[in-house]
Amino acid sequence: MWEYSEKVLDHYRNPRNVGKIDDADLIGEAGSLACGDSLKLYIKLDGNIIKDAKFLTFGCGSAVASSSILTEMIIGKTIEEAAKITNKDIADELDGLPQEKMHCSVMGHEALEDALKKYYGEDEDIFEEDNNYSHSGDKIICTCFNVTENQIWEAIKVNGLKTVEDVTNYTKAGGACGRCKGVIKDMIETYLKKEGQEKELTPTQKILKISKVIDQQISPQLQKDGGDIELVDVIGNVVKVKLVGMCSGCKNASMTLKNFVETILKDKVDSSIEVEQV
Amino acid sequence: MIYLDNNATTKVDEKVLEEMLPFLREEYANASSMYDFAKKPADAIKKARVQVRDFIGAESEKDIYFTSCGSESANMAIKGVLDCNKEKKHIITTKVEHPCVLNTYKYFEKNGYEVDYIGVNSQGELDFEELKSKLRKDTALVSVMWANNETGVINPVEEIGEYIKSKSPETRFFVDAVQAAGKIPMNVKDTKIDLLGISGHKFHAPKGVGVLYAKSNVRFTPLIIGGHQERGLRAGTENVPYIVGIGKAAELAQSALDYELKEVKRLRDKLEQGILKNVFNARLNTSISNRVPNTVNIGFEYVEGELILLHLSDIGVCASSGSACTSGSLEPSHVLRAMGIPFTALHGSIRFSLSRFTTEDEVDFVVDKLPAIMDKLTSLSPFQDELAELKRRKA
Repeated sequence: MWEYSEKVLDHYRNPRNVGKIDDADLIGEAGSLACGDSLKLYIKLDGNIIKDAKFLTFGCGSAVASSSILTEMIIGKTIEEAAKITNKDIADELDGLPQEKMHCSVMGHEALEDALKKYYGEDEDIFEEDNNYSHSGDKIICTCFNVTENQIWEAIKVNGLKTVEDVTNYTKAGGACGRCKGVIKDMIETYLKKEGQEKELTPTQKILKISKVIDQQISPQLQKDGGDIELVDVIGNVVKVKLVGMCSGCKNASMTLKNFVETILKDKVDSSIEVEQV
Repeated sequence: MIYLDNNATTKVDEKVLEEMLPFLREEYANASSMYDFAKKPADAIKKARVQVRDFIGAESEKDIYFTSCGSESANMAIKGVLDCNKEKKHIITTKVEHPCVLNTYKYFEKNGYEVDYIGVNSQGELDFEELKSKLRKDTALVSVMWANNETGVINPVEEIGEYIKSKSPETRFFVDAVQAAGKIPMNVKDTKIDLLGISGHKFHAPKGVGVLYAKSNVRFTPLIIGGHQERGLRAGTENVPYIVGIGKAAELAQSALDYELKEVKRLRDKLEQGILKNVFNARLNTSISNRVPNTVNIGFEYVEGELILLHLSDIGVCASSGSACTSGSLEPSHVLRAMGIPFTALHGSIRFSLSRFTTEDEVDFVVDKLPAIMDKLTSLSPFQDELAELKRRKA
């Protein structure tokens, strides 16, 4: 038995906005019968405002609930606002989905994306503003479920996915024959590496952060024992400090430095930091 | 609540519980002990062994080994036999076995064994000719389930056994009879079955007890090594109350077999016909008569199975589905795929399985309520044109 939130239960029991809009301005589709779930989203526009939205879904309880709540989320919004909705927003609006069912929220998002693409035209891709991982994003990675490279990048990025299992739960990719699992693993590693580089601090940012951590987390602890610490200098990854008060001359000082000060700084700022006493 | 998921598990018969209770309360002695206090539990185990012997039609109660579940029985048979015949590295089984059997063979496949998986036709019937063509002199084990858990289709294990022994007498034959026990007559002594596994909770004993039958001339090594229990082939202090439970359940199932074959079948047929008549997108996944009497598997086209189960649950009806979404595995039932059930019906396949406790009112209720549920659910489906076509054809 899945643990569905009250909202999911309500939406699969009483789905909102079911049906077709005969004179729809935009129609988005995602999934397929063979894969076990598919969704058709109909949108009626008034200028650039979504005046009405309806859906038809073949899928499980959470697929119906995701589709139903998506229509509620987009009605009344401008196209630009709707384009900002992610699969995570859909899941959050439902008060969460079981991990294994996250792909239902992804399907909702894909149908929305498909519909809005028709508004902007095929060439203009508003969703992948910083997609510089690949120039062939439409390439199918998982042939069992027809999942493209872009769909996987997007799921990793929006939801912060870290394992192949996560990606399978969110996109279904790798969930059948499993042959693409290696590729998915590489993609996650590529993404995390890039993510890590982006997060690298400039020297000034690093000094500020070290100073903040010492003031807020390290110093108060040492003060409790009647001592304290002063930041003297930062040279590369070497942080030079001075122990004062009861700490200066304490025979455990070098242990305090290594096990306490250095551990916290490694954890909070940079894992390559070394602490030296001056 | 209407419980139509008896192939998943069954309710414990009150009479079984009654029989067990003394051994959960005052008669707690270890059956292996030497004092008089241990006599009742020891005698109770002996009695249960005889009850199970008669239930499956074994020659001797010495061929009955109590285990903890059907999966253990299967593992004990498979691993035990292969361990005793290490020079033979070939196994034959079917594509539609229960995962507890299938995954055990996948394990051996990874460890140097060659495994042939025999297919089924669109009705779920085993390709006996294919099985014949795969049998070799170095086949260590052939493994075929007696009845399939999802479709209820009965395999001709008697004929298969005869064939195996006529061509390769040293090849062992294991039958997973978990879904046959209590549903059809079993008489292992008249067959060439070497080993057979059953599980108590599928015939109104509690969960946590099973049986492995092994013919007296079949050698196998124990799965659980330890004490002298079960003739040294399954160590662990005897689970007296549960062994008593499976014994009583076997006796009751034996005497209820006629009712099962006639009355349960009548109700199953009524459910099957009622649904096919009243629900326009219903399609029988297998229609052959050679099925256990309690099982029907119906595909509801263009509607997803989990959604059906959730709506059935909302009106208090329990059933199960072969759809991907119910398992969390993303792939629909391996059994229905092996049968080549079309995608339109595959994901919306529902299994109803009855028991001797199912009433006519319950069956009528489901037949009565299902059309309205299916009207609501088909109205959600993006395949409106296809559904309209189905409706037109049905009319």
